[in-house]
Amino acid sequence: MADLRLSALLAIPRRPWFWAFAASGLAYFATLSLSDGRGGGELLSAALTFAAFSAIVGIGQMFVITLGPGNVDLSIPATMTLAGTLSLKFMGGLGHLILPGLGVALAVGLAAGAFNYLLIRLLRIPPIIATLSASFLYQSLAIWSNRGLRIKPPEALADFSTGATAGVPNLTIIGILLALASWILLERSLFGRWVSAYGQNTRAARLSGVPVEFVRAATYIASAVLASLTGYLLASFSGGAALNMGAEYLLISIAVVVIGGCSIAGGNSNVPGIWGGALLMFLVVSMLNSYGFGAGVRLIMTGAIIIAIVAAASGKGRSS
Amino acid sequence: MNGKYRILLPVLSLTVLLAAVFYLQPRAMSYFGLNLLFNLAVPIALATIAQMMIMMVNDIDLSVGTFVSFVACVTATFLNDAPLIGVAILLASILAYAAIGALIHIRQLPAIVVTLGMSFVWGGLAVLLLPSPGGAAPDWIRTIMTVKPPFVPMAVVACILIAGLTHLLIMRSATGAILRAVGGNAQAVARSGWSVTKLKAGAYALAGLFGVLAGVCLVGLTTSADANIALRYTLLSIAGVILGGGEFTGGRVSPVGAVIGALTLALAGSFLSFMRLSPDWQIGAQGAILILVLAVRLIFSRRNRKWRTSDNG
Repeated sequence: MADLRLSALLAIPRRPWFWAFAASGLAYFATLSLSDGRGGGELLSAALTFAAFSAIVGIGQMFVITLGPGNVDLSIPATMTLAGTLSLKFMGGLGHLILPGLGVALAVGLAAGAFNYLLIRLLRIPPIIATLSASFLYQSLAIWSNRGLRIKPPEALADFSTGATAGVPNLTIIGILLALASWILLERSLFGRWVSAYGQNTRAARLSGVPVEFVRAATYIASAVLASLTGYLLASFSGGAALNMGAEYLLISIAVVVIGGCSIAGGNSNVPGIWGGALLMFLVVSMLNSYGFGAGVRLIMTGAIIIAIVAAASGKGRSS
Repeated sequence: MNGKYRILLPVLSLTVLLAAVFYLQPRAMSYFGLNLLFNLAVPIALATIAQMMIMMVNDIDLSVGTFVSFVACVTATFLNDAPLIGVAILLASILAYAAIGALIHIRQLPAIVVTLGMSFVWGGLAVLLLPSPGGAAPDWIRTIMTVKPPFVPMAVVACILIAGLTHLLIMRSATGAILRAVGGNAQAVARSGWSVTKLKAGAYALAGLFGVLAGVCLVGLTTSADANIALRYTLLSIAGVILGGGEFTGGRVSPVGAVIGALTLALAGSFLSFMRLSPDWQIGAQGAILILVLAVRLIFSRRNRKWRTSDNG
């Protein structure tokens, strides 16, 4: 019995997500040590809030990356911006349009995802190029509809997105619920097995009766819908949509997937790691901030940490 | 996909686009007009070649844009004020590229992530060097980039030179063949006694070299630099390689095609401004042109091969 427990304990560091959470904890305490432990609650709640944005887009990107080499959704930032812009424009600050506004955002995601998939399927364009060229179109649409205006979100929505329930930020709750749902979807449902099968060997998956085209369509649409939801929430959280609001999430969405321990070669996904990676990305930046480093050093350290984590995590539990 | 077809389509799309530009603006059909159209294409072509070196060994480089920005910052500061230190920094950055290539192979890391991390590093270094736009281009590069050869503008001469030299290096030399083989079948290369680590480091070093050339040329054209000057090169370079007939896997690349792909992308920008398109739609139209060219390519490739073994890649 004791042996079993010990081996279970020893197995934890071999979990792909272990390193992301361990490094997040390290960054958290390194930040707090500077202020003698004060402000720990605030830092945690800020980390949980901002990590929620990265985690939601990261989950979408994870579905796509799980499909295997060459599958990356580069249109996430543009989809976020377009969904945020159009939904806020539609709501026009009116409280009773909050839910229809969410519908508009999700419809944008649905359309963008379907368009991405059609480009990949019908034109046989490599997904990287397809989502890249499509993102140019979405970006143009957002510029055209935005016209430099900054429309405020309805007050109730702004309050909700910056508020907390029982001490936990609302956005964090949404992010965790989505993570749970996608974990169940990936680990416990037939669809999840299909996605992994597609990523491990598309041809074998097709020959064994997996509806590969359905799987591919569903993952690209899921990614775009999650991006549009993030755009909607982020625009509400920050008091309006901005044309560059999605820009940083391209790199972050890929980074959290990989830091979290998903295999970039596809076929192996890992939902808890997404949250670990998202927390880490925020905590590292805030740690470097509180140590008084400038933007340049902060960027260099962020990059070095990403590479170090990937180098440390590789070969450890990746094959399982 | 055979070699002849690979180069045919990029040439065709460039010709069509060029014809459309000449039709819309006949005055572009001159020495001066061509120079204007293709001027900014030289650094893009060099960055695309850099990306091609990485894609040749089955990897992808997401740090090209920030690396070229970093080089531009070095060029506008150290290379101008203290040339020796500047050259040393640039050489060190090429070595850094080689080291990354070796690291990726030895630890079997995903290149997309490591280069993503490096893009933060180069971006940070660039911000440290030039927190605000500024610096000055060294005179010699300014002279090279603005020289006016007879009959054909400098930009066109430079692009032909780049395409020719990289074609010799990658398609005609023994080194090029073995580098492409790493993309084709790394295991076979290793079994026949080569060190794949060294070859990958070499391919990355070549990418670093062309990235450096791109940054230096860019500053020669813009005369100053800032930390974000070339961020869009990452996506442009990937698109350029693909437009030029290159593929993500298998070491199937075409240096001439890559240069033509870069020219097509640069020309698409000029074409749209000649169309007097509202600036709102310029980015979108660039995306549409990209999609269009790839759609035409599909029609061509349908004729050339009937069956594709797998979509996964």
